[in-house]
Amino acid sequence: MQPDTPSAPPALELAGVAKSFGSVVALKSADLRVEKGSIHALIGENGAGKSTLVKIVAGLYRRDDGTLALDGEPVDFHTTAESKAAGIAVIYQEPTLFPDLSVTENIFMGRQPTRRFGRIDRRAMREEACALFDRLGVRIDPDRPTDGLSIADQQIIEIAKAISLDARVLIMDEPTAALSGVEVDRLFAVARALRDEGRALVFISHRFDEIFDLCDTVTVMRDGAYVDTLPVADTTVDGLVRMMVGRDVAELFPKLPAEIGDDVLVVDGLSQPGVFHDVSFTVRAGEIVGLAGLVGAGRSEVARAVFGVDPYASGSVRVDGEPLPPGSPRAAIGRGLALVPEDRRKQGLVLDQTVARNVTLAIRERLSRWGLVWDGLENAAARTWASRLEVKTAALDAETGTLSGGNQQKVVLGKWLASDPKVLIVDEPTRGIDVGTKAEVHRLLSRLAQQGVAVLMISSELPEVLGMADRVLVMREGRLTGELDRADATPEAVMHAATAEEALR
Amino acid sequence: MTRVSTGSTGEVAAGTAGQSAAGQAAAGQGMAADAAGRVYTAHSRPLWRRVLLTREASIIGLLLAVLAVATLTVPNFDSPLTTTFLLREITPILLVALPMTLVIITEEIDLSVASVIGLSSVVVGLCVQAGWPFPSAMALAVAVGAVAGAVNGALVTFVGLPSLAVTIGTLALFRGIAVGLLGTTAISDLPEFWTGLTRQNIPGTPVPLVMILFVVLALACAVVLHFTPVGRSLYAIGLNKEAAAFSGIDVGLTKFWLFVTSGAVSGFAGVYFTLLYSNARGDNAIGMELQVIAAVLLGGVSIFGGRGALHGVIAGVLLIGVLGSALRLSGVTSDLITIVTGLLLIASVTSARALTWLHQRRARPGRR
Repeated sequence: MQPDTPSAPPALELAGVAKSFGSVVALKSADLRVEKGSIHALIGENGAGKSTLVKIVAGLYRRDDGTLALDGEPVDFHTTAESKAAGIAVIYQEPTLFPDLSVTENIFMGRQPTRRFGRIDRRAMREEACALFDRLGVRIDPDRPTDGLSIADQQIIEIAKAISLDARVLIMDEPTAALSGVEVDRLFAVARALRDEGRALVFISHRFDEIFDLCDTVTVMRDGAYVDTLPVADTTVDGLVRMMVGRDVAELFPKLPAEIGDDVLVVDGLSQPGVFHDVSFTVRAGEIVGLAGLVGAGRSEVARAVFGVDPYASGSVRVDGEPLPPGSPRAAIGRGLALVPEDRRKQGLVLDQTVARNVTLAIRERLSRWGLVWDGLENAAARTWASRLEVKTAALDAETGTLSGGNQQKVVLGKWLASDPKVLIVDEPTRGIDVGTKAEVHRLLSRLAQQGVAVLMISSELPEVLGMADRVLVMREGRLTGELDRADATPEAVMHAATAEEALR
Repeated sequence: MTRVSTGSTGEVAAGTAGQSAAGQAAAGQGMAADAAGRVYTAHSRPLWRRVLLTREASIIGLLLAVLAVATLTVPNFDSPLTTTFLLREITPILLVALPMTLVIITEEIDLSVASVIGLSSVVVGLCVQAGWPFPSAMALAVAVGAVAGAVNGALVTFVGLPSLAVTIGTLALFRGIAVGLLGTTAISDLPEFWTGLTRQNIPGTPVPLVMILFVVLALACAVVLHFTPVGRSLYAIGLNKEAAAFSGIDVGLTKFWLFVTSGAVSGFAGVYFTLLYSNARGDNAIGMELQVIAAVLLGGVSIFGGRGALHGVIAGVLLIGVLGSALRLSGVTSDLITIVTGLLLIASVTSARALTWLHQRRARPGRR
């Protein structure tokens, strides 16, 4: 695990790195020391400066102060190309590949091996791609277009690209956020193989179980500054959380007891060929129902169909006993449904518009007086929700896209809470947000349930589902495969229902 | 405009990081409780910057500057007759620019408007020739325009084709039908009362009577765009269709009705055009779609949707009209005027880009 002696220079070392944007200090003083042949976790709340640090290392931003060294040599990057040439590769959460080009072409984009007269040597390229995949121990057809590949496979291609460039330092920025369990395991196997080759890896994640599973060392950041670096083996989740937020987080999943009332949302035999089949469930007033399953099991699709954004072929949705017409989000909103969608940037928010406009978009008609709306009305409504959710924004007319991820999620939540829903469907409500905000979101959902709202919570994070839900539904390949009461919902039972068929084969 | 004053942007933004600890401590006491000291200002910039540092303000400023220079230096520019002729001439563009603004804000485009004007002109001419009373002829022309718009709208929203392609097609199609119906002949025997009406001014002013109608329509459009839930959905659609749909906005239906409106207003503009020049022809207003779109873009509407305001568009149309009129009076040839208009549009779009870039460089990290 530690092939280098402690005296060997670290693969990547940052000391006292600072960066400001105008009056906003993004990094005060960041330190990071990543040894060769190790996997180093970098953790911190949203806005702690992790992304800024990564972008400085990647050559996207220039630091204002501090030192940056590779293998003990001080370096200074002006462009991302310089950073790449120096052996640094950054794998982002959402890979940026050319969808119409083949896997091989993507790996060698811009530096294809050539034969005489500058012709591209396709055979050499393909052979090298196959060799790379062999080395990583994955099977991806090198000739297929990247369009349609899962995000996991696309990340593998980015990694293959990095290795073919002989990257010495690989930085992975929340690579597992969109992956299912099996895909995470494969990614980790690849990461360990790279570590054993003596490369240095930096792994950014909000999931503690992954950090403990994969990493050797962990560096914690808070408010743009370095807090501490320590071996993973010497720490605990509680310890890390305390360092990240600078205080004790009393309870991660504070489920409050709520009085469970009548059936509010009744879904019966909902089917859409090729997407989901015969899905029936009920959510009662005051109840939080968790919807678990692997990524791609059809959970979000069911939520979208219930809400009317997507069509369904057969089945019915009833709210308070009355049928809800299909295919009309407008009707759904009118009947008290709200959907906090999976992809807040694309589906939840109009990023180029102000916080106030976003908070009031779904209630624009209810808000109007004599058919008219104006800034004053919108600001008043937005101010209420911004302060209840403690959104961190300079002003109500700030563009939503300039807010941090966690605050954007709060804006989406505020937008839907403003509609005073009877049924709240939340799809991955805490994806990519930090531990402090996460606890706030959980507390909020719990409180809403206490107030009698029926909550359907889709989540890929098992602890979240088990901690929050009164009842857990499990989907697999478009079908409901399990329904467990809070008492029976163990991680094993849920995972069994989510994967059983695969295990049988 | 409720404005709570708690210091400038800089302080608030810089305070954000520091406040996080306090904010989270408060969160511990339950977030549903009304919070915790944080006061939200409505605006991050002072009023004068929000009003004056906009595309619209700069176009209005440019318009005023051109008006001032022309009044001082161009002979006869300040005569009432110049005003009258200028306004008469640009009225069709002003009218069509109103729905065009709404269409472009939803990230679509309608290139068929000038062809609808031609079609409507022919319909009016044929009806009058057939002995219809003029109001009925006018109603039919507007209805034909609306149907033409519905064809565009249906192809764009229900079939799902890009509006650029659809309306290039219907640009040719409607023009073809118009010319086909009437051939190369023209009908100029129109009822004198109605042709006379287009040449009348508001008593005591050099402003044509039709401007009253325009002002009413413009006010209606401005209210819809800037002060109604529908207006809010138009901007949301233009910036992010998917998020709009997730917010309960019927994107398809909204766009469909915009195309119908665009067609109907173009139909009406066709009637006006026919009366103004006492001439019903299939090739009336050829190429006007580009003048309209140029004016809308000049007025600060983004071709990518989601940005723009109606007062900017009206200033944009007036600017092109005033500039053309002033140059013509100074003896500049029409080809040169076209060149100037083109350069102005490019300059304005470029400066908008430059402004956005500068703004983002200041507000956001300096991307390399």
